[in-house]
Amino acid sequence: MFKYANPTHFLRLAGQLIPWLAGLTALTLLIGLYLTFFVAPDDYQQGDSVKIMYLHVPSAWLGMMCYMVMTSAALGTLVWRHPLADAAQKAAAPLGAVFTLICLVTGSLWGKPMWGAWWVWDARLTSELVLFLIYLGLIGLWQTIEEPTQAARAAAILTLVGVVNIPIIKFSVDWWNTLHQSASVFRLGGPAIASSMLWPLLIMAVAFTLLFFTLHLMAVRNEILRRRLRRLTILAASAEEPLDALEAAQ
Amino acid sequence: MKDYTSYIIAAYGVAAVVIGFTTAKICLDYRDLKKQLARFETREDKK
Repeated sequence: MFKYANPTHFLRLAGQLIPWLAGLTALTLLIGLYLTFFVAPDDYQQGDSVKIMYLHVPSAWLGMMCYMVMTSAALGTLVWRHPLADAAQKAAAPLGAVFTLICLVTGSLWGKPMWGAWWVWDARLTSELVLFLIYLGLIGLWQTIEEPTQAARAAAILTLVGVVNIPIIKFSVDWWNTLHQSASVFRLGGPAIASSMLWPLLIMAVAFTLLFFTLHLMAVRNEILRRRLRRLTILAASAEEPLDALEAAQ
Repeated sequence: MKDYTSYIIAAYGVAAVVIGFTTAKICLDYRDLKKQLARFETREDKK
């Protein structure tokens, strides 16, 4: 396990895994989309607008799962100070923002015909918006602090503070009176959704999870290369400096 | 029952554009980094 935490081993492993993961993602996404549009029935109340659910729900799950990946990486940064954990944190933030944005936009596009409003300040929607703002804050923090180790520590602390929002998102529909419906898949007593709709939803969720891991692996690989380039640039600059100083003195 | 096709197309369209943009950005970033590293190594070899 620790062998693969070595950046060089990681790069080799990522190079082997990415094409397989990408292929698997494309395949499950195609199956999921086929089931969504040609097999899953329309809802008796929502009509065909229920098709948006197959996109909205996996994005919402992924938005939260991505944050949990970042939280684990943040612990890796603060406890073990591992450079791969720093890279994993940094690479996950934009992906989390993307999935949360998709969740917010598709939710809004479903809300307008069903609720009659693009947006309501409901506890679930608001906590999801807070998650998106936390992601933006983390991306900003990474871009503001130039030194990667310092940026990683600052981002790790903000990530650990922000993790309190995840249970708030999950349980907001139970803790408050919300317009957003309560959990219908992961709940005590089993899913409250018909299997003809549940299977396409689960396959879309698998496709989105694979998509996340593929993109995350690619982004972590980029981050390792960026650090390597930075280190080489600094080494080259420091090697040239004494010569420059000597030339200037002459 | 009403037809919500325009909302469905908008939702899937936005998702496709956002995911497509993110994927392209990551791929282009990788290509750019590999190019920069290769250029760097060539320069170091010449020295």
